[in-house]
Amino acid sequence: MIAQMDIGQALGLYNYWVVIFLMMTGFYMVIARGNLIKTIIGLNIFQTSVVLLYVTMGKVKGGTAPIMPLDVGHGHGHGHDSHGHEEAPHHAADAADHTMLQHPLSGRVGEAEEGPASSVVDASGHFTGISEPSVQLTGFEDAAHSHADTAHQAAEAIYSNPLPSVLMLTAIVVGVATTALALALTVRIREEYGTIEEDEILEMDRTA
Amino acid sequence: MILIVIPILALLALTAVAVARIRDLWAAVMFMGIFSFLGASWMLILDAPDVAFTEAAVGAGISTFLMLGTLALTGKTEKPTKFSIVPLIVVGITGAALVYGTFDMPAYGDPNAPIQTYPNPSFVEKSEHDMHGLPNVVTAVLASYRGYDTLGETAVIFTAGIAVLLILRKNEVGEKESV
Repeated sequence: MIAQMDIGQALGLYNYWVVIFLMMTGFYMVIARGNLIKTIIGLNIFQTSVVLLYVTMGKVKGGTAPIMPLDVGHGHGHGHDSHGHEEAPHHAADAADHTMLQHPLSGRVGEAEEGPASSVVDASGHFTGISEPSVQLTGFEDAAHSHADTAHQAAEAIYSNPLPSVLMLTAIVVGVATTALALALTVRIREEYGTIEEDEILEMDRTA
Repeated sequence: MILIVIPILALLALTAVAVARIRDLWAAVMFMGIFSFLGASWMLILDAPDVAFTEAAVGAGISTFLMLGTLALTGKTEKPTKFSIVPLIVVGITGAALVYGTFDMPAYGDPNAPIQTYPNPSFVEKSEHDMHGLPNVVTAVLASYRGYDTLGETAVIFTAGIAVLLILRKNEVGEKESV
């Protein structure tokens, strides 16, 4: 499997590997270290890497943060607009059905560079843009356009997915709540046993 | 961009390893703060400024503060444990399985990945109208579309806060009884 992978595919997956490395470091600390505080630190590292995993999945190449600019004008972005609307109809017709049928991997990196082979979302985004003229910027644009044409990149905003951000905001805050609880328990254990080393605590439990 | 990302990721990995290896818990907590800041930097590059802010404030700020407070009460050095190969093997196998799983994942930044297409992304355009001009989509989803989820989150934090107070307060009562 690894032998079949080319360098492009490997570059497209490096973010997952970094996250997995961090995750496994945290996992190792949880299972190998006897000190309770060290275990909690390990859990925190694990949690941060899970957050990073979700956030990297939401990134769209050439995208920007999902915050709408204040002045949404029609003045710029003229060049792409005609281009986008031109191809919108024939993609939008089967957009809803064919989104699910496309396999996500299979040489997607090369395909994206070649051209607008993947503008399903683009098309549906433009549809809402047409029906509501005041909102011209579309989310989740196809990154291929922006790579091919820098003028277009300045004109059309591509937004990364806001959903992972939202979910991970919740996860971080809940994570610190559980961390606080675990630390309080550690303080309590220290006062009861006089130590926070796991093996000593177990030994005291056994002898008691 | 890649020139920024590679050092950040390398430093993230190095910091994680340093945290795992270091015996001095105070230094480990400090490294943990660095780790959180580096993670927040990467999140900023990944177009998630809201998560980056939260991670910097909560992960590097409040967590470090709580840990230091705990260290003041429990002691700062970790007892050296004897090295065992079993956890390394378990971690290695788990990591290998996860890496194998990534071979089916969509490439980094792929606009056609299932995560980008399945919930109909049109809510990104609609949100500004729905929220009467609120520009930040993340805020719109967090506070309105998923408002009940956020309410549940505050309930969880509230419960955790009460639990912490109860755990630490019971101790005082116990001391009085022992005296």
